Amino acid sequence: MAIEVLMPALSPTMEKGNLTKWVKKEGDTVKSGDVLAEIETDKATMEVEAVDEGILGKILVPEGAQDVAVNTPIATILAEGEDASAAPAPAAKAAESAPSPAAAAAPVTPAPSAVAAPPQVTVQPDPEVPAGTEFVTQTVREALRDAMAEEMRRDGDVFVMGEEVAEYQGAYKITQGLLQEFGARRVIDTPITEHGFAGVGVGAAMAGLKPIVEFMTFNFAMQAIDQIINSAAKTLYMSGGQVHCSIVFRGPNGAAARVAAQHSQDYTAWYSNVPGLKVIAPYSAADAKGLLKAAIRDPNPIIFLENEILYGHSFEVPKLDDYVLPIGKARIARSGKDVTIVSFSIGMTYALKAAEELAKQGIDAEVIDLRTIRPMDVDAIVASVKKTGRCVTVEEGWPQSGIGAEIAAQLMDKAFDFLDAPVLRVTGKDVPMPYAANLEKLALPSVAEVIEAVKAVTYK
Amino acid sequence: MAAKKTSPRTAVPSGPVPFTKDQDLEAYREMLLIRRFEEKAGQMYGMGLIGGFCHLYIGQEAVVVGMQMAMKPGDQVITGYRDHGHMLSTGMDARGVMAELTGRRGGLSKGKGGSMHMFSIEKQFFGGHGIVGAQVSLGTGLAFADRYRENGNVSVTYFGDGAANQGQVYESFNMAELWKLPVVYVIENNKYAMGTAVSRASAQQDFSKRGTSFNIPGEQVDGMDVQAVKAAGERALAFAREGNGPYILEMQTYRYRGHSMSDPAKYRSKEEVQKMRTEHDPIEQVRTRLLDGHKVTEDDLKKIDADVREIVNAAADFASSDPEPDVAELYTDILR
Repeated sequence: MAIEVLMPALSPTMEKGNLTKWVKKEGDTVKSGDVLAEIETDKATMEVEAVDEGILGKILVPEGAQDVAVNTPIATILAEGEDASAAPAPAAKAAESAPSPAAAAAPVTPAPSAVAAPPQVTVQPDPEVPAGTEFVTQTVREALRDAMAEEMRRDGDVFVMGEEVAEYQGAYKITQGLLQEFGARRVIDTPITEHGFAGVGVGAAMAGLKPIVEFMTFNFAMQAIDQIINSAAKTLYMSGGQVHCSIVFRGPNGAAARVAAQHSQDYTAWYSNVPGLKVIAPYSAADAKGLLKAAIRDPNPIIFLENEILYGHSFEVPKLDDYVLPIGKARIARSGKDVTIVSFSIGMTYALKAAEELAKQGIDAEVIDLRTIRPMDVDAIVASVKKTGRCVTVEEGWPQSGIGAEIAAQLMDKAFDFLDAPVLRVTGKDVPMPYAANLEKLALPSVAEVIEAVKAVTYK
Repeated sequence: MAAKKTSPRTAVPSGPVPFTKDQDLEAYREMLLIRRFEEKAGQMYGMGLIGGFCHLYIGQEAVVVGMQMAMKPGDQVITGYRDHGHMLSTGMDARGVMAELTGRRGGLSKGKGGSMHMFSIEKQFFGGHGIVGAQVSLGTGLAFADRYRENGNVSVTYFGDGAANQGQVYESFNMAELWKLPVVYVIENNKYAMGTAVSRASAQQDFSKRGTSFNIPGEQVDGMDVQAVKAAGERALAFAREGNGPYILEMQTYRYRGHSMSDPAKYRSKEEVQKMRTEHDPIEQVRTRLLDGHKVTEDDLKKIDADVREIVNAAADFASSDPEPDVAELYTDILR
């Protein structure tokens, strides 16, 4: 049966082309790979190669033809012994259902469907701490180390790698003692090679291990961000659910003190933009411990953003054998009725101090600690704003496309009728972090700015 | 472990052991499957059934087929975006690969990955990566996991002459040698990184020496000769498996087609391509051995050709008729 040769598409966007030259003549023998003709697109001249073997039967589109639509039959190829008058059959069964490239390239607008909506996930509340549980005072630093040690005892597939994590005991002493307990096989000093060791960690995770990759600071993770996003975050989706990455990327994020622009960036909003990642940024030691343990057990790639200044802050941590907190649940740090202040990580220090000051002035602020940035507990924010009618967000990151911007958009969408004032953002200033002490102070948010914003939204 | 190793570059590798008739038949069939599959993929791209980018492996078949013949079950494979041949050679279903190219629900990634992003835990194939060079760090991580588990497996990490100039390749080389990871780096030098000839992009054009400053041994291999590939693969895999660390194989190969379907390949002459096709074609070399040396008949080979065509045609039919993914798939597989 004769086989039709169709005008091919040779780029993702090609719809038509010119047939500039026939290289083979009617009656020529062709085998697969032979050049049959040359066609010209808006970008280039390309060769059309034969896929099937036989004899070039009839040329259907002559040399010099302009604007030949893709998928137009341009010739027939005959099997041995067939003559040119044989009725051409479709090139392949495939051709029958071939959509035109134009149609294929056009944006597909799927019919509205109840199933094509983001799944609603219900996150369990924090586990109850049993009455009578002893609390111990711990720094965030100690809580993070305990979380790693407990999970490494529990699961032999968990290991930690990064710069100075082993023999030096951690640049910020978060991995103190881990080498002594777990040995060099599971506590691994890497060369200064963020892009490389992030990729090695993701590869090990694809093979089923559960790496904790420490970045000395998240500023240096910019060298590795391709592996974090393109390899870790997207592989589950691109593999149709086959290959997952159970990996935690952790380290200090945001401004420390007097280290200037390259060492003082808050990446929360960057990572929170990416589907396929979970992003956690705890404030208290108890949350740091419970959430890091949850992160290590989670089968997804997790960005765990710590804060250098908070490392030495002490908090009460429940003394429980296995304190694991839910990822994706905000915490009401302070109840109030007049305004909702939403923050996370070190932003909570400004928020809580401002709330104390405001209480003295007769304004009763509710303070929400997001703890997890992605998935964000929007329900908790909305529930609070439905009560208070006002919202101020606090973060050290830059204003444009920041976490506050996201919260404002969510509230417009889900609580517009409950708002009695515009949502206001208190953020880091829209500048690279300056070195000079006075300028650095100005670049960061302050308690006074939070108080000012609250007064503005409460019309006080 | 960590025995003092000699550089195989200084040793003269013994010539490849000639294939038995059965080995030549296996190599012929496997390489032909890749070639016919890729030709069909090119045709289907022309018909608008395959979208986006489509990078064909035609000409390079001996590399993956020879390496696969040298590997053991459990060894992992990872590569870049010119990946259809690697998938077929690990035994991944041709129908599933083709249906992924057409973006259908029966594709190996349910239609959500496309030509450059397919995986198979069953066959230990870890992609299919679209970012040039990223797979080198990832493949080194697979080897890290092998070493961590002491499972005796080796990660076979493929990349091209173009990717060989990425920084993370050398970050990975350093860690692989430092930690003696069981990884074989297979550099498929097909002479062109998209449209840039090796001589225009690479200060050191002998890619087998790219690990020299890390003390990683390497050798250049005739990547058009499946026997030579298998022999070199066996040497490299044994070296890595025995705990000596990484090994580099520069496969000197050639792609007949453009970089992708929309590349007219004006940066090289027709004569250059034609010379490789007529004088060095990996499939023709085996075909000649089968007919002349092993006394296999034309009819025997025609039967193999017909079998392979049937597999490819069935894959194309499936990939054309299988429905697109259910719209509910839009929001699945983002988190586990």
